[in-house]
Amino acid sequence: MKLLFAVLTGMVFGAGITLSGMINPAKVLNFLDIAGTWDASLIFVMGGAVMVTFVGYRLVWRRSAPLFAGGFQVPGSTVIDSRLVGGSALFGIGWGIAGFCPGAAIPALGTGRWEVILFLAAVGVGLALARLAKGLPLFPRKAEA
Amino acid sequence: METAFTPFASLGGGALIGLAAVLLMLGLGRIFGATGILSGVVFAEGREELSWRAALILGMVLVPGLMFLTTGRWPQIDVPVSPAMIVIGGIVVGFGASLGSGCTSGHGVCGLSRLSRRSIVAVPVFMGTAAITVFIIRHVVGG
Repeated sequence: MKLLFAVLTGMVFGAGITLSGMINPAKVLNFLDIAGTWDASLIFVMGGAVMVTFVGYRLVWRRSAPLFAGGFQVPGSTVIDSRLVGGSALFGIGWGIAGFCPGAAIPALGTGRWEVILFLAAVGVGLALARLAKGLPLFPRKAEA
Repeated sequence: METAFTPFASLGGGALIGLAAVLLMLGLGRIFGATGILSGVVFAEGREELSWRAALILGMVLVPGLMFLTTGRWPQIDVPVSPAMIVIGGIVVGFGASLGSGCTSGHGVCGLSRLSRRSIVAVPVFMGTAAITVFIIRHVVGG
C-alpha cells in the first residue's frame, strides 16, 4: 500500500511538472530571462504549488502521524551558513546553464530523450562530488544554534 | 526561442505539484525534495529508504508515456543549450543542491510552505543566481 501510494504521488507530481510547463527547459530558461524572451508562467507554477502545500501541510499536521509511517520527518534546522548559501547559489547557476532541475528532469526521463539522460547522469556526478566535498573544510557546517 | 505564456495551465500544474507534496507528507511524513529523492536512490541509502523513493521516481517517469497513450502526444521538451552545457549544468546542479540541502521542490515548494528560515534564504539566492547566469549567457556572452 505504502509503495502504491508513493507511485501515485509520483504520478501526481509528474503530471503537475508536465501540465505546468516546468518539464520544458526552453520555458524555464525564458522564465529566468527577464531581460529577453521572458515567460512569466513559472511564477504561477510556484504560486499554485506553494498555496496548495501551505494549506495542505497544515491540514495534514493536525494528524498525530502519517498514514504509512511512524511520524513526520521535517527538517528542524534554522542555521544559515556558507554551505546553504553557497550550495544554493551554485544550484541556481547550474539551473541557469542547463534549464533543467531534478524535479523537472525525473518526469522528463519518461520521454527517453538523450538530453534528459545526460543531464541526470551529470547530476549524479555532482551529487557524488558533493559527498566528497562535504568531507573537506571548504564549506564548514555551522553548528546548530 | 519564445514560449507561450500559460498562466492557467501553469497554475493548475503548480497546484498538482503542491498536491503531490501534501500527499507525500500525508502518506509518509516526508518532504518532497526531488534531489534528495534522487540521491537516496543513486546512493541506495538503506532498503527502507530506497523503496519509497524508487516508487516515487517510477510514478514520475510513467507520466510522459501515459500522456502519449491517452492523448497521442509527448510533452513538449525543447533543449536550447549545447550538450556541454547540459553536462556542466547538471554537475553544478547536483553539487549545489546537495551542498545547499535542497532544490526547486525541496526549498522552493516545501520549504517556503513550511516558512523554513533556511528556504526563505535559499530560494531568492538560487532564483537570483539562475537569472544572472541566464543574463550573462544570453545577453553578455551570447549578445
